Amino acid sequence: MSIEIRNVNKTFGQFTALNNINLEVPDGELVALLGPSGCGKTSLLRIIAGLESPDSGSIHFNGEEATHSDVRDRNVGFVFQHYALFRHMTVFENVAFGLRVRPKSTRPSNAEIKRRVHELLELVQLDWLADRYPPQLSGGQRQRIALARALAVEPRVLLLDEPFGALDAKVRKDLRRWLRRLHDELHITSVFVTHDQEEALEVADRIVVMNHGNVEQIGRPIDVYDNPASPFVYQFLGNVNLFHSRVHQGTAHIGDLTVCLDEHKEANNLNASAFVRPHDIEISRSSIEGKTLSAKITYIHAIGSLVRVELKQALKDELIEVELSRERFRELALVEGEQVFITPRNPRVFLNKAD
Amino acid sequence: MSSSTQLTKYQSKVSSKRATAEPTWIRWTLIAIVLLFLGLFLFLPLAAVFTEALRKGYGAYLSALAEPDALSAIKLTFIAAGIALPLNLVFGIAAAWVITKFEFRGKSLLITLIDLPFAVSPVVAGLIYVLVFGLQGWLGGWLSDHDLKVIFAIPGIVLATTFVTFPFVARELIPLMQAQGKDEEEAALVLGASGWQILWKVTLPNVKWGLLYGFILTNARAMGEFGAVSVVSGHIRGMTNTLPLHVEILYNEYNYAAAFAVASVLALLALVTLALKSYIEWQATRAAAVVDY
Repeated sequence: MSIEIRNVNKTFGQFTALNNINLEVPDGELVALLGPSGCGKTSLLRIIAGLESPDSGSIHFNGEEATHSDVRDRNVGFVFQHYALFRHMTVFENVAFGLRVRPKSTRPSNAEIKRRVHELLELVQLDWLADRYPPQLSGGQRQRIALARALAVEPRVLLLDEPFGALDAKVRKDLRRWLRRLHDELHITSVFVTHDQEEALEVADRIVVMNHGNVEQIGRPIDVYDNPASPFVYQFLGNVNLFHSRVHQGTAHIGDLTVCLDEHKEANNLNASAFVRPHDIEISRSSIEGKTLSAKITYIHAIGSLVRVELKQALKDELIEVELSRERFRELALVEGEQVFITPRNPRVFLNKAD
Repeated sequence: MSSSTQLTKYQSKVSSKRATAEPTWIRWTLIAIVLLFLGLFLFLPLAAVFTEALRKGYGAYLSALAEPDALSAIKLTFIAAGIALPLNLVFGIAAAWVITKFEFRGKSLLITLIDLPFAVSPVVAGLIYVLVFGLQGWLGGWLSDHDLKVIFAIPGIVLATTFVTFPFVARELIPLMQAQGKDEEEAALVLGASGWQILWKVTLPNVKWGLLYGFILTNARAMGEFGAVSVVSGHIRGMTNTLPLHVEILYNEYNYAAAFAVASVLALLALVTLALKSYIEWQATRAAAVVDY
C-alpha cells in the first residue's frame, strides 16, 4: 500500500517538529527516515501510524485520506524502539495479542491463532522461545518478537521506530541484513526511522534525510551519498572535510587552491563551504601551483583496510581527514609530523546562506 | 596477565568495602539506637496491648469481644472498609490512569487534590461532612425532608472513611505507571485493542503488585480511622461505633481489659496487614528481578 503525506505540520508548544512535509512512499518500498535526534522523524512516523495527529495537512493510504481515521482502523504494524513487548505475557501471547483482541466476528479460532503465531515465530526464527517471557530474551530476540507481533495482524504498512537503536553493534548489523531479506520476501511497504546513516544506506530502497522538521533530500542511497543536496546532508552522511572558500564567477578559491565549478557563475566574491570526502583527497610530496594545499600530518591510524591520516593546515584549527589504501600508504611511507601536500578531488561547493 | 588484573580488581573491591564502612563502634551505636527506639515506641506498646487484653484471662478477653456492642462495632468497621475499598480502588485506578497516560490542563491540580486527605486533619474532614450533610448543614434540610440520615449514621461513616483513604491506591499506582511509560499501551492500540482491552489486558496486569499494595494500605487505614469517623459517628453504642471508637468508649469507662481486648483485634489486623505487605513486596521484587534479567 502506498503512503502519501501532504503538507503536514506539527508543533509541540514553541517547537516545530514538522514543517510542511511532503512525502510519497510507493507500494512495497522500504524507506528510511534519517536525521539527527529532534529532527522530527519519529513524529512523522507516529503521525503515519495515527499515534499523533498533525496540526495541518493530510495522510493518504493508497490515495484514500486517512488523516482522521482511528489508529485501530489504519491497519499498520508498529515496532517500537524499546520493543514495548507485554512483559507479563509469554512470547506466544505477545504475538497472538493482535488476533485475540479482535471482535468475535473477525477473530480467528484458537487453532488458527496457534498456527499463525507459530508461522510468524518461525519467520523470525524464534519458534523455540514461544513459552518464554520478554524479560528472559536478549535485545535482538525481543526486537524480532516485536516484529512478529506487528506482522501478526497482517498490516498494510510496517512502521519501525529506531528498530535497532537499543542493540549493540554486532546484533544491529545482523538484524538489519535480516530485515532487508525479510522485506524482500514480504514486500510490505515499510518506513523505518534511524539516526544511523550506515543503517539507512545499507537497508533502505530510498532515504528521506530530515533536519529541523524539514525534508532535506529524498533519494536512493547512492544518490543521497554521492550527490547530497545540501551542506547538512553532506555532513550527516559519512565523513566529510569542510574547507572555507570564496567563490567568484564560477571559480572557488580554497586557500591557494582554485577550482573551476559548473555552477555559481553569477557569484560575486561570496563566502562558501567546500566539502570533500576523506577518500577524495590525494596526498603527495610535491606541490603544484594552484592545485595543492600544504598541510602537516598530525596523526596516522593504520588499523583496518584503510589508513586514516589526520592533517592540519598551518594557522588553521580544522582537522583534515584523509583515507587511503594500505598500498598507497606504504608507497608514500608517511610519518607523523611530516609536511605534505594535499589535492582535493571533486569538491562540492555550497554558498553560505548568511551572505 | 588477565588473572593478575582480576586479582587487583578483587583486592581493590575488598579494600574499597573497608574504605567506605564506618568503624565498628559507630555501627553498633547506630544499631543500638534504632533497637532502643523500636523497642520503646513499637514493641513495648504492642506487648502492652496483648498483656493488658489478657490480664483478666481468656474468658474475659473472649466475652469482651463477643459482647453485642463489640460485635456491632466489628461489623460496622467491615461494612465501612468494604464500601470504601472498592470505591477507592476504582477511583485510584482511574486517577492514576488519566494522570500517567494522558496530557491535560490542570493535571498538577488534580495530583494536589488527590493528596488533600493526607494534608487535611481527619477531624477537619469529618467536620466538613457535618457542615454539608448535618441537620444544620447545607443539604441537611433536604435530607431530613426525605428522611435520609447521613451524619450520625452509617453513610456518614462510609463517606468519612472513603475520604481519608482515597489517596492510597492512586499514590501507589502513579509512580509505577509513570515508570512503565505508555509504550505497551500504544503497542496494544496499534494492534487494534480497545480502551477496555488495553486496561484489562495490559495496564492492570503490569501494576497488579502495586495495586494490591495500595489495596492493603487502604484497608488498614479504613479499619483504623478514628478522627474523621469520630466526628460524624455520634458514638451511638451498637449503632454507629466502629472498632477504634468502641475502644475509646470502653477506655473512657475505665473498662481497661475490654478496651485492650478490642484494641488487640485492631493490632492483629495491623500485624496481618504488615505480613501481607511484606509478602507482596517480596513477590514484587522477585517479579522485578525477572524483568530486570
